[in-house]
Amino acid sequence: MVKHRRIYLDNNATTSIDPEVWKVMKPYYLKNYGNPSSLHSMGQETRKVIEDSRKKIADFLHAKNPEEIIFTGGGTESDNMAILGTARKMKRENHGNHLITSNFEHAAVQNTFKHLIEEGFEVTEVPVDSEGIIHVEDIENAIRSNTILISVMYVNNEIGTIQPVEEIAALADSKGIIFHTDAVQAFGKIPINLSESKIHLLSASAHKIYGPKGLGLLYMRNKGTLPKIGQFIEPIIFGGGHEFGMRPSTENVPEILGFAKAVELAEKSWAEKEPERQKLLRDDFIKWVLENIPDSSLNGHPTKRMYNNIALRFKHIGGESLLLYLDKEGIEVSTGSACSSHFKGPSHVILALGLKNIGAKESLRISIGKSITKEDMEYTKIKLKECIARLRKISPLTN
Amino acid sequence: MPYNEKVMDYFLNPKNVGPIVNGGADAIGKIKSSDCEDLFKIYLKVKRMKNKDIISDIKFQTYGCAAAIASTSMVTVLAKGKTLEEAEKITKEDVAKALGGLPSEQMHCSNFGVDALREAIKNYRKAH
Repeated sequence: MVKHRRIYLDNNATTSIDPEVWKVMKPYYLKNYGNPSSLHSMGQETRKVIEDSRKKIADFLHAKNPEEIIFTGGGTESDNMAILGTARKMKRENHGNHLITSNFEHAAVQNTFKHLIEEGFEVTEVPVDSEGIIHVEDIENAIRSNTILISVMYVNNEIGTIQPVEEIAALADSKGIIFHTDAVQAFGKIPINLSESKIHLLSASAHKIYGPKGLGLLYMRNKGTLPKIGQFIEPIIFGGGHEFGMRPSTENVPEILGFAKAVELAEKSWAEKEPERQKLLRDDFIKWVLENIPDSSLNGHPTKRMYNNIALRFKHIGGESLLLYLDKEGIEVSTGSACSSHFKGPSHVILALGLKNIGAKESLRISIGKSITKEDMEYTKIKLKECIARLRKISPLTN
Repeated sequence: MPYNEKVMDYFLNPKNVGPIVNGGADAIGKIKSSDCEDLFKIYLKVKRMKNKDIISDIKFQTYGCAAAIASTSMVTVLAKGKTLEEAEKITKEDVAKALGGLPSEQMHCSNFGVDALREAIKNYRKAH
């Protein structure tokens, strides 16, 4: 029997754990499982593991103080902490009740803002342009005297477009407005230098960069304090004093260590020009598809785009159908956000680009990873073309 | 996997994919779903035998999700060789049952395949 190959091209959804990451984590499950809050030697050792990891990640981000990094249970939790914690505290202290975000954020941000509307906040959703880029002027025009928080994603999770967050952060900071960015798709891929940035809050996650699932971080500038405003964020969950009172819960020692290791490996991969290698694969694939598959188009800006993200649209066939046909050929991709592929509605990200419902259903996301070779991409090209031809035969829209 | 093996088989290797080209179809039924903009098309060839109108050939084309494609293909399998009266009585439950069940949120897909078949039969009667 012929063994089917499997090509994993859904690295924007999640990545495998790097064996080196797993290697450093394992002893902290089996041998040194001490609670970092315990005073005995095992506890003291795990406490040191956490603080060393925090320092390593803080240095990676060029944060001023390691205590500006809070470990959380994932990107979604970080987003919730940042947005709910800031909005509620700032409103209660009468700084205002107006919030600004974009109309193509990840559900973790979008639904948190929806909840805040129910709590009585006013939210302005700034639209993106047809190439999936947010304009700083549009954010500026949305600012009111009672605006307290702006949240814009660093890189879009479905179409990979890179947003001008540093400019938006500088604008917000100059007006005394807190700025948060969901950097889950950017962290570990794009160099972020917080010593030269005006970002106040930043969310990131470990499992998008070959680290463990269920671990994220929230960066809080000056531990959530600004000179003019003072303390601008409060916790959203309550318990013991872990993570400086911001995220009470016994620390996930092995995963925190794994996150730090994943960061170290990410930095190493930059030195080895891995992003450039993936970018070449990306650009070659996009060019080939647009030239060889009729009625295909690219979603999002061609160059202001994450180096491993390929977001395409094929006329007359549903993205879900194409995904399942490719899966049968051993190629694993996504229709957009992995979080929404079981939900049948068209993607709000693609709708935000100005496409009609039907176009939003015809999208496919291919995201490259470090194990993907040139040969894998060549195989994917052939299979993609075949699957599209088969599905177009079934589609009533093609004749 | 939200779909069972039979649904996946009818989706990946659908039976009776259209259109009917040779000599043309005797009637076509087209339905567009209002909520998800899926499109369902059924082509009929009808033969009169012993005073009965029999579906001698039936083909389909569908734009939509796996459940939409699999259920329209199943409609054509169930209707082939039947009289128009018998075919008209095929329900969405018959289709879902023949497919071994559909995920609840996609039950409505089987509805549209059945509607397209009924539309084709209606159009045939109008013209003949």
